[in-house]
This record gives sequence, structure tokens and C-alpha cells, in this order.
Amino acid sequence: MIVLEKRPQPSKAWSYATPLVAVLATMVFGGLLFAILGKNPVEAIGTIFWEPLFGEFAFYYRPQLLVKGAPLVLIAIGLSLGFRAGIWNIGAEGQYIMGAIFGAGAGLAFYPMDAFFIFPIMVIAGAFGGWLWAMIPAFLKVRFGTNEILVSLMLVYVAEQFLASVSLGLLKNPEGFGFPGSRNLQSYESAHNAELIAGSGMHWGVVAAFIAVIFSYVLLNRHMLGFHIRLTGEAPRAAKFAGVNPARLILFCLGLSGALAGLAGMFEVSGPSGVVSIDFNVGYGFTAIIVAFLGRLHPVGILLAGGLMALTYIGGEIAQSQLGLPAAAIQVFQGMLLFFLLAFDLLTNYRIRAARSEVA
Amino acid sequence: MDLGEINPVLLVASLMVAATPLLLAAIGELVVEKAGVLNLGVEGMMIVGAISGFAISVETGSPWLGFIAAAIGGAVLSLLFVLLTQFALANQVASGLALTLFGLGFSALMGQSYVGIKPPSMGDIHIPLLSDIPVAGPILFQHDPILYVGIAIIAAVWATLKYTRVGLILRAVGENHDAAHALGYKVIKIRIMAILFGGACAGLGGAYISLIRVPQWTEGMTAGVGWIALALVVFASWKPWRVLLGAYLFGGITVLQLNLQAAGVAIPVEYLAMSPYIITILVLVILSADKSSAPASLGRTFHASL
Repeated sequence: MIVLEKRPQPSKAWSYATPLVAVLATMVFGGLLFAILGKNPVEAIGTIFWEPLFGEFAFYYRPQLLVKGAPLVLIAIGLSLGFRAGIWNIGAEGQYIMGAIFGAGAGLAFYPMDAFFIFPIMVIAGAFGGWLWAMIPAFLKVRFGTNEILVSLMLVYVAEQFLASVSLGLLKNPEGFGFPGSRNLQSYESAHNAELIAGSGMHWGVVAAFIAVIFSYVLLNRHMLGFHIRLTGEAPRAAKFAGVNPARLILFCLGLSGALAGLAGMFEVSGPSGVVSIDFNVGYGFTAIIVAFLGRLHPVGILLAGGLMALTYIGGEIAQSQLGLPAAAIQVFQGMLLFFLLAFDLLTNYRIRAARSEVA
Repeated sequence: MDLGEINPVLLVASLMVAATPLLLAAIGELVVEKAGVLNLGVEGMMIVGAISGFAISVETGSPWLGFIAAAIGGAVLSLLFVLLTQFALANQVASGLALTLFGLGFSALMGQSYVGIKPPSMGDIHIPLLSDIPVAGPILFQHDPILYVGIAIIAAVWATLKYTRVGLILRAVGENHDAAHALGYKVIKIRIMAILFGGACAGLGGAYISLIRVPQWTEGMTAGVGWIALALVVFASWKPWRVLLGAYLFGGITVLQLNLQAAGVAIPVEYLAMSPYIITILVLVILSADKSSAPASLGRTFHASL
């Protein structure tokens, strides 16, 4: 018989090792999945993890890593703060959409004016849009004790409908020959979130993601508020005695994660995507949840996890076109990763022992 | 706009159909939560049930086999949740999210070759005599069998929780798992059974969408019904019959907004489509003031330290 013995303190070594073990296990089981689908597993895994970095066309894919990774990291950093304190914002997808709509809306309001201040206004508007959307569950939780998980998730569907509405109406390109979708912000210079160094994939969103990582690291390790966040998550009773104000924490964590998700949406719509359209969002808000956990809710970990997840996105696309691997297979692959991570986390908190036979 | 085109009898009858997936998923989740476990993977289990049921009934030509497969599919997925939360002692919120993310991807993968196919129809049963009653007949007695199965499950859950020993033990486990453990009840075993039951019910609910309500397969077709089901359990204050009431209320809103869309009301389609989600939020706000009826051990991990 095997028994679990709770460790007095989570194991440091295992907490670093579990993400790696989880990635390896996902590769093995993902390979099995690909084999069942009739693909060569070694080739498929190689295509996903090797091709984008060192393959023949790596010069094209490497910048994509930043483009795809930045929104994931930006959103996951915000989510991780809340997750640490037991505040579950799972509606980042909705906040991402609202950020994009607000950001693009602010930019398009100035069209076709040419001015330096338009882009900064869009950035603020984007963050505001996400913040506003996240404040709904935050306010309802603080004021009425409503479950933030359900409210933030419901708002994703509301945001998706709103996105459909504005891309067919309010923000529709008047010169778009009746097609849904806004003007392309890439061709509106003052609003375009262009690459800072041509061909590098580096745009303002990437910069923001790095800043968010640093900011979050400092906040968690050097600031009272960060301490309160960690305390609330790890010892809620102690936090209560220490005089942590739960309402303030909820408003801060949800608000910040919303603002960051909104920023991610705004940078995406003004840069890589360019257009507010019905199918603008591609699930970054949900994948970011995996990124946050895979990164152990730690800023540096999230940075690495975001890179890895971006890799699976790009590698997945390559595998799709080269090997005919279905798009959904990558989604399963990502889901699997979270599974294994949660399962192996057992080793961080518990010690596995063979039990001596006892008299019942 | 012509509101006169909306036929009230058809409206109420289709309301019951719209409510059934919700009702099935919610009653399963109610049992899970009564046992003290919060499984946020309802959406994932539903969509896996939807595709398992769809695939099997297309392959075999039998909707009944489809529904059985859906229940099994949902339960198998919930088994992953069992492994994570009951054996690996993982956080229940995170595990539930993992279940949903995985389920959505997995169902899309399984369903690739089933897009655009029409499943075999189950057909409605016309209960003799009763179905001929004007108005009440078409509303209550001319539906597919699964709709009645759903109501029967609610009745069974209610009776089990209220009158049987099993129900009492289940509630004890949900209220205070340490005390239940001290009394010698197998907390983990009972929770596993509850989670599997919840998974099977969610699977049935999903298959009801893909086989009867829509009926066809599209990716992500559950569109948040699983999440609304979670809200519904809160709405119902963990009471079975209130799940029925709540499901019909939400079903009514869904059907009404679809009818209003069809009738061409001056409100844009997108805003009507938002309404079920917004109303869910409003209901949650109104009802969240009273938390007294929630099982006391809800969402807490149990680990017997020998």
C-alpha cells in the first residue's frame, strides 16, 4: 500500500522539477496521441518543438515566438497574482476582447488624423477596457459576494457577442464593401503597433510583457501588497489577523489582470492582427491559464512557460501544414500539459511512502 | 416585427427541450457539490458527451446507444478529475479548468469527421390520451424520452438525498469530511462515485444538445451551457427541484430570445444572444447573498493523515 505524507514544507526541488516532468510526460502521451492519429510521433514532436527554433525556416518562426508569447505572458502575469491569492479570474478572454475593442475604437475615433499621441491613448483605452470588464466580477464579488469564476466566464460570452456586434456595426470599415470587420490598423500609421526592429517580431506588446514580468517580480518580492497576496493564498487565517483587506485585494488582482489582458488585446489588434473582426480572439485568455500554472505562478516561470506555449502554437501550425496534424490535436496537447502538471504537483506537497502494514 | 407569430404552445414545448441539457448537467453537478467537490469541468464533460453520443449513434444508428456512450464518455473524463483531485490532491478549481480545456480540444479532435452529418432521430413519444389534451398535451406529453429521463433523474436524486441512507452519508461527506471519516465512511470512495455520476449526467446533457436539440455536431457547440449549469446549482441553493425550476427559467430565456430574433425585434441579434449570460450573472448576484445552503466542505481537499 502506498500512502501520502504531507511535507511540512513544499519541496523546492520538486516545485522546479514538476513543470519539466510534466512537459516530458506530455511529449510522451502526446506522441502516443499522434501515433493513434496515424502520424509518426517522433516526427510530430520534433516538428512542434524543433522546427520553429532550429529548422530550415526558423528565421521566420523565431519572431513569431515573441508575437505569440507576448499576449500569453502579459495575460498570465495578471492571472497569476489573483491565482496566488485564491481569486480566480478565468474570463481573461473577455477582457482581452474588450481591451482590443476599446483600443481599436480609440484609435479609429481619430482616423485619419496623424499624431504621436494616438497610440498612447489607445494603450490607455485598451487597458481601461480590460480593467472595466474585470471590475464587473470584482465589484460584484466585493459588494454581493458573487462567485467571480462564474461571472468572469459568463462575461467572455457577452464580450464575444459584443465583438460580433461592433465588427458588424460600430467599428465596421465604411470602405470595407460591406464585409464585417474594422479598418486595418496596420495601414493607419499613428495607430499601428509596428515592429520596433523590423523582422524581429518585437513590438510594444512584447516590451509590455517584459515590463509586466519585472513589475510582478518586484511586487511579489519587495512590496507589502505582494506579500499580502502571497499571504492570503498560503495562509488565509494569518492574512486576516495581519489585517489584509480582502476587498482591496480582490479589486486590485482582478483589476490588474483585466488591465493586462486588455493591453494584450489592444497590442494584438493594433499589430499582428490589425483588424477587429468576429473571429479576432483565438483563445489566448484560456491558454494563459495553462501558462500561469506551468510557470508556477512565478513571473520568471511564466516568461519561460509563455515561450514554451508559443512554441506549441507555432509548431502546431507547422505540423498542421506539413504533417496534416489536426489543429485540435494541439489544443489537446496543451490541455494534457495542465493535467500532468497538476498531477505531478502531488510530489511537491506530499511525500510518497510505502506504508507499513497496520492493524486497522 | 410580428410578435403574433410566436406560438405560445410551441414556445413552452421548446422551452422544455432547451432546458433539458442544462437540467441534466446541473443535477449531476448538484450531487457532486453535495458530496463536497467542486467540479468546474462540466463544460468539458458535456462537450465530450456530446461528441461521444453523436459518434456512437451515427455509427450504430441507435440514439439510445449514443446516449449510453455519452454517459460513459462524460464519466470517463470525470475519472481524470478523480485522479487529479482525489488521488493527486490537486486544487479542484484548477483541475476543473483543465478538464474543460482538455475536453474542448479532445472533442474537436474526435468530431472532425462528423461535421455536417445528421444523426439518427430519436422520435418523440406521444403518450396515448394525455398527448391529445389541447394545449397541455403538446407541451407536456409529446417529447423525446430523454427529456422525461431527465425529470426522472431529478426526482431520483431528490428522493435519494432526502430519504435514503446513501443520501445522508453523501451529505455528511459534503458537510464535514473529517467527521464523516471519523465515523468510518469512505470519504474518497463516496466522492468518486458522486463525481462519476456528475460526469455521466453532464455527458447525457451534452448528447442531448448534439442529438436532439440541434441536432448536429459543431466544435464547441455547448457554448457555455456547462458553466450556466454550475450557476444553476447555486441558483437552486443545492435543492433538486429548484434545479428543474431554474433550468426551465433559463430554457425559457434562451427560447424566448431565439424567438425574438426570428420575429425580428428591433434589438440587435447580438444583444439578444447575450441575454442568457447576463441574466445568469444577475441571478447569481441576487442569490449570492445567501450562502448558508452551500455544503460546508465544498471545494476542500480531503486527505486522511492516518
